[in-house]
Formats: sequence, structure tokens, C-alpha cells
Amino acid sequence: MEYLPTLHVHRPATAEEAVAVRANHASARYLAGGTDMVVNIRRGIEQPEHLIDLSDIEELGGIQASANGLRIGAGSTLKDLADDRDIRRVYAAVSEAAESVAGPTHQSYGTVGGNLCLDTRCLYYNQSEWWRDSNDFCLKLKGNVCHVAPGGSFCFAAFSGDLAPALMVCDAEAELLGPDGRRRTPLADLYRDDGMDHLTLKAGELLVAVHLPPPDGDGGSGYAKSRVRSAIDFPLAGVAVRLGLSSGKARTLAVALTAVAPRPHLVEGSEELKGRHVDDAWLDDLRDLVRAQASPMRTTTTKPWYRRRVAGALAAKVARRIAEG
Amino acid sequence: MAKTHLTFSLNGRQRDDVVPDNMLLVDFLRETAGLTGTKIGCDGGECGACTVLVDGSPRHSCLTLAVTMQNRDVETVESLAENGRLSAIQRAFHEQLGAQCGFCTPGMIMAAEGLLRENPSPSADDIRQGMASNICRCTGYVKIIAAVQTAAAELGK
Repeated sequence: MEYLPTLHVHRPATAEEAVAVRANHASARYLAGGTDMVVNIRRGIEQPEHLIDLSDIEELGGIQASANGLRIGAGSTLKDLADDRDIRRVYAAVSEAAESVAGPTHQSYGTVGGNLCLDTRCLYYNQSEWWRDSNDFCLKLKGNVCHVAPGGSFCFAAFSGDLAPALMVCDAEAELLGPDGRRRTPLADLYRDDGMDHLTLKAGELLVAVHLPPPDGDGGSGYAKSRVRSAIDFPLAGVAVRLGLSSGKARTLAVALTAVAPRPHLVEGSEELKGRHVDDAWLDDLRDLVRAQASPMRTTTTKPWYRRRVAGALAAKVARRIAEG
Repeated sequence: MAKTHLTFSLNGRQRDDVVPDNMLLVDFLRETAGLTGTKIGCDGGECGACTVLVDGSPRHSCLTLAVTMQNRDVETVESLAENGRLSAIQRAFHEQLGAQCGFCTPGMIMAAEGLLRENPSPSADDIRQGMASNICRCTGYVKIIAAVQTAAAELGK
């Protein structure tokens, strides 16, 4: 058993207070559900002297609908999301992603903010201190060599949150609070392609909420992932698709991937699939488009070629499900 | 060592303790409160042996800092029996041979307790999905599902 470092737990009552505590303590980390953060602390990956427990902050809770769409507090649990009828009806990809995270116990206290700000993962990183030490650590933490791509200076640790791609295809925006005030940014811009530093959050910034615009007309969305076991495991590849149809043809299309790169990202070039009839040939083209842009590296025990192939297959599967209603 | 004055409800009784900030809930339960029914299996939220209910919802006590339970309501497997009489779920696990080595059983029972409170008449699929955070290393899942079904039928009478 690994012991936790000596640390102070703060329990701010407001988001502003949380940001202020963070500003005063350089090593402080935000703690929401803790399903990943506490594991990382126990493995020596994170060694904060201060933890800021966000569970008392009212502003971070709740899912509110308005004419402008939906505001999802970052402290909402994944179960809150999966159980919400409006989300299930209008943003199916988001419900499906929420209920596919880990297992039901994790979902009952893991949060939206935690899943979106999840650290990147790698076979050589998510290990105990002694395991990493005996392997001379790695580029992402304490070491000089990337064991995934030795010789390189790029960290390929994969972002493995399920919610991000689902929210991205629904055009979500992130609401952030930092020492300089509040700002909103497209969720896709929260991430950058760097396994060592994949979040574009400024120092001390806190994800407060996610905003979803009202859906544009008919069509639907969905999410599917591949993993070794059908519960608990992180995804080997995850794909969210939003597809709007008019008389059998693709009117709108957005596809986003997770777990195959250091950041979740929207698939580019889907314009060429618009306006065409959604049939087997179309689904094959979608599959190939996704495969060309999924670039997993050797960050899991499952081979990258499989993850690339399964990403394409999942995209076609979700699109077919949407098209067949 | 930072410590916090922690007040919360544990199995229906009010607790009042001074707890180190870095103490995990599972260690508090086992070492401080002497409630050793809650087990430590994987230490990483992967096995579910440490599952307890917090405000009625299942939670891994090995991934929860004790001080974050301020003013909350924690229930462990010890809360289920009344006056020495097993609860319906405990009885069903016993009668349906839902326990083999028994190590996962307290976590399984608390996950089942959480599930049945929310969904009193689950299908076999609901049970599989609702308890998917819990692993039985003896792989005795068939009997575990039968036990939860038996308990649901018993409670529904």
C-alpha cells in the first residue's frame, strides 16, 4: 500500500475562493471525485501539498436548461449526466459517454470536470513509483526518455476521457474561472497535442461549467468505445458522432476521437461526406477517414494498429445506429 | 501534519474525530472506527472491495479522503444487519452461495444495496451493469447475480 503525502485539504465554499487558494499555493491541485487524482497521488505521480476539495461549491453543481441551451456544472457527477432525460433525448452522445466511463460506482461520484481535465495516460506513466523508478521513469515525469518512442522528445500519453469527444461534437463550450476572471472557450480549445501538458488552462484556472447550445434540428448523436473489459477499463479508442440527416443524406456531420492521441480532437475533412446518401459506401468512407486521423501510439498493451482500426469501425457503427434511427 | 475536525454520520451514529487530512476513508473505517468489514483490494478503484455508501450512493472508500466526508452520511456493510439478523441482501448472498472466498462480498453487498435502493426490481442485465464496478476474483458472478435477484424478490414481497 502506498501512503499519501502530508497534505492540507481546503474546502472552499465558492469557486472564487477555490481559485484564490490555488493562487496562494503553487503545488495545490483541485480535487473533485478523486477517482483518478487520488490514484495518481498514491502512485507518486501527483505530490500536492494542498488539495482543494471542490465538493462544497454550489456553483459547480446542477444541470440547468434555458433558451440558450444547457449549462452543466463541472461538479455534476457522470451519473447526473447519464440520468438526465433532456440530455438523453437531445445529446445522446453525452449520455452514452457518461454511462460508459469506468463503472457505475465511479460514475456515482466521478465528475464532469474531472473527466474533462483527466490527466493523459500511458503504460509507462500510470504505474507505481517503484515500477517507474525501476524503468528509469519516463519523459512525462522525472525521466529523460520516452519509452513509447525512444529518441523523441514528444510525449504521446493519450487523453482517455470519454466525455470530451461527445461534448465536442455537440459544440460545447467550457466556462473557466481564473485569477483574471471568467472566460468561455470552445471545449476543443481546452486541449493541445502534448501528452505532458495537454490542457490549455492558464495557471490556477478552474473549469466551472460546460455549456451546450440548443440542438440544430433533426438527426442524432452517439458515442462508442473499445476497451479490454466492458467495465472499469479506460478506452483503447472512443468515438463520438453527430449526424443530421435530410431525406437519407448527411446534412451535418461531426466526429471526434478520444484515447488515440494526447488530446481529444474533431476529425477534419468530414465536409466531403456531407450531402451524400448515408449507405454502406458512405459508412466505409467515414471509417477510412477516421482511421487516417486516429494516431494511437504504444501507450497501452493493446497494439496501436488495433486501436486505429477499431476507431474507424466504431465511427461507422455509431453513424449506422444514428442513420437507422 | 494537518488535521481536520471531522463530523459525519457513520452507520447512523454521529462521529466526531480529529483526522489527518491525508487519511483515506477506508483507513479511517478500518483503523479508527474498527469497522473491518470494508476491504482493501486493489488500492486503485479497480476492484470495488472497498465500496461504501455515501449519502446513499456507492463510492470507493480507498479513493476518498476521510476529511471530505464532512457532514455526510456514510454506510458500511456493518450497518445492514439489525439486532444480529442479516439483511435480505446478506441473507441472499449466504443462501445463494454468493460468497466464495468472501473478500469481495462486503463491496458487492454495498453495491447491491445501492442498486436495489434505486431500482428495487432490477433485471439480470440491470444487476450486471449496476455492479460492474465490482470484481470477484473467484469469478463467482452467476451466484452473485442470483443472490441480488433473490434479495430483490424478497424485498418486493
